[in-house]
Amino acid sequence: MRFVLAGQPNCGKSTIFNSVAGYRAATANFPGSSTTFTFSRALILGREVEVVDLPGIYSLTSSTEDSGKAEGYLLEESYDLIINVVDASRLGRSLELTMQLLELERPMIVALNMMDEAARHGMEVNHEKLSRQIGVPVVPTVGRRGLGLKELFRRALQHAHQGEESFALTLDREVEEALEEVAELLEANGFGNSVPRRFVAEKLLERDPHFEREIYAQHPELKKTVRGVASVLQKAHGWSADQVISGSRHAVAHCIEEETVTLERPRIGWREWADRVFLHPWTGGPVMVAILGLLFWVVFRVGQRLEVPLVELTDQLAAALAEKLPPETLLGTLAGGALNGIAGGVAIVLPYLLPFLIGLAILEDSGYLPRIAYILDNFMHRIGLHGKSVLPLILGYGCSVPAVLSTRILESRRDRRITAFLASFIPCSARTIVIFGLVAAYMGPWWALGIYLLNLFVVVILGNVLARTMKGASPGLILEIPELQVPNLKTLVAKTWLTLKEFITIAWPLLVVSSIVLGVLEWAHGADAVNALLSPLTVTLLGLPAAVGLTLVFGILRKELTLVMLVQALGTAHLSAVMTDGQMLTFTLFVVFYVPCVATIAVMAKELGWRDTAVISAFSVVLAAVIAVTGRFGYALFFS
Amino acid sequence: MMALDTVDVKRQVRVMMIDGGHRVRAHLNTLGIHIGDWLTVVERAPFRGPVLVEINGTRLALGRGVAAKIQVEVDGALQPLVRRAPESETEQR
Repeated sequence: MRFVLAGQPNCGKSTIFNSVAGYRAATANFPGSSTTFTFSRALILGREVEVVDLPGIYSLTSSTEDSGKAEGYLLEESYDLIINVVDASRLGRSLELTMQLLELERPMIVALNMMDEAARHGMEVNHEKLSRQIGVPVVPTVGRRGLGLKELFRRALQHAHQGEESFALTLDREVEEALEEVAELLEANGFGNSVPRRFVAEKLLERDPHFEREIYAQHPELKKTVRGVASVLQKAHGWSADQVISGSRHAVAHCIEEETVTLERPRIGWREWADRVFLHPWTGGPVMVAILGLLFWVVFRVGQRLEVPLVELTDQLAAALAEKLPPETLLGTLAGGALNGIAGGVAIVLPYLLPFLIGLAILEDSGYLPRIAYILDNFMHRIGLHGKSVLPLILGYGCSVPAVLSTRILESRRDRRITAFLASFIPCSARTIVIFGLVAAYMGPWWALGIYLLNLFVVVILGNVLARTMKGASPGLILEIPELQVPNLKTLVAKTWLTLKEFITIAWPLLVVSSIVLGVLEWAHGADAVNALLSPLTVTLLGLPAAVGLTLVFGILRKELTLVMLVQALGTAHLSAVMTDGQMLTFTLFVVFYVPCVATIAVMAKELGWRDTAVISAFSVVLAAVIAVTGRFGYALFFS
Repeated sequence: MMALDTVDVKRQVRVMMIDGGHRVRAHLNTLGIHIGDWLTVVERAPFRGPVLVEINGTRLALGRGVAAKIQVEVDGALQPLVRRAPESETEQR
């Protein structure tokens, strides 16, 4: 049995999904946080059910270029039930999607979610009345607190068993007549009812490019007749057919909303006051700088507190190990490499990664990110993008992979390309570790902040250049600003754990294995060959020790490897003993800008194609070299 | 009739007309902005930044360019709807 969760962006599909599947789909408080399908098997009342979490869609005719994926799934795949998650506080608007889902004539139930938020808005929704109006079961839920979910899945199971199909609600008489006319035409031309004919008729009248292409390819003669029907509709109302249909649906949805909702005075709570400060023309900007500054400061302080004693501990361990198993032997090399890998993960990576992930999770779950998009829209226009591009860029500070994926929330392909390109240059948490573990730890936090600002400056310049050279229009900002939420502790922990688990299961073994490989290479004097090969770059151009050559190669796998491998390559965790400040700065600058890691390259290739990805990767090496060399000589000139 | 980007903060206005291409219009429709709907301008970001509007309990940030395409009528001064002749689908760039 298979259930599909469908609904508008940010209505809580993933939250409901996670409640049955365990925390698997990352949730956040902004529209478009899920960009991919997530599948899970779950045990509901003793029955095994496959649950599918679809990305949010505003309607079944989406205006974004390739967000047809969720629609395609709903139309073509086989499943037993649609669970339509509806945000009760935005009932009227959500019902417009619900009505379109009803037209699919599949078994369906409605999860009337966010009942608590609706109550805060002074809305009381009568779910029984709503159920009678739309003809499918409606279960009130509060996904965040897990209320009503048991009942939801019980009803879902029951309804899926009955297999009772939903039916479309009646729109305007004129619209219905036009739909019937086209549907009959389709039937006469031998179209089956696998996708309901009424639905196809509606899409053709709305001039949905996907359906037009598919149907008219087989029956080009239909085009003229359908367009004729559309123009009759257009003449009668004075608006294009798609507007007439959408308007009619809006009117029906609005009627249902009025019938089922009792309005009271909304409560003005702290959320309203906070928003007045966050979004105020004068205070919004400074508050944003303060919040991001605080995040930076906390990550640095906490990371430093944890790092110093941990590094000392691992140094003692390494010294003890070296006594027992001298590093000259192969066994000693293996053991030393493994210890360096494990220790690097514990002592250098985790102290900064953990507070950073928690901080980013708080920003995401509170709903502050879309507010940053609002504040920075103006600034982003100067780069040639608009406010929505801020979301992928900020997510980029966490990890470039979700950042590149999240560019799907942007409407135009041009914006997506530019934003994905820029996001790959934003220092992700792995690069943050290098910045904090090397520059902040040995040179001071102001230097680290300087690197972030320099990076931002470079990104702005790049954005400007790209926006000028790439043709196409940016449609402008249209973004829903969700209500502020107090992040839920359980979700925060689960979410941080989800990312951390990836580090522990993928990156850490990689760290250990790479450390061992590097150790063996050094032992067998194989490292020297690679280092010699890279020495024109590392030694001549950047003025670094030759031994860093290999670490940069490993860094392509994961950026945090560069730092841990540096410890292995130089043979000590006290890097200040073997590297000067200028060298650390040069090294960090190079690491921040050069080639995105393998995982990022893979998603970029998927989203942008191999050609763009190759160009970006090649360009990034040149850029990194230029910036690092500038940093090297700039530091030598002014600070030493 | 005036463009939404020129409306003062805290004003309630009614949407009269949405200029622009099919895509922008469809996107606004799906987010709950239809012709005839009432909306309130909550905040206007400085230096020609976006406009924050509230419609049916939802808050939307609209870039100035988008807001300029939405023609509105202030406070109940309702004029008969001016209907434009349907024009060919052109994408507003």
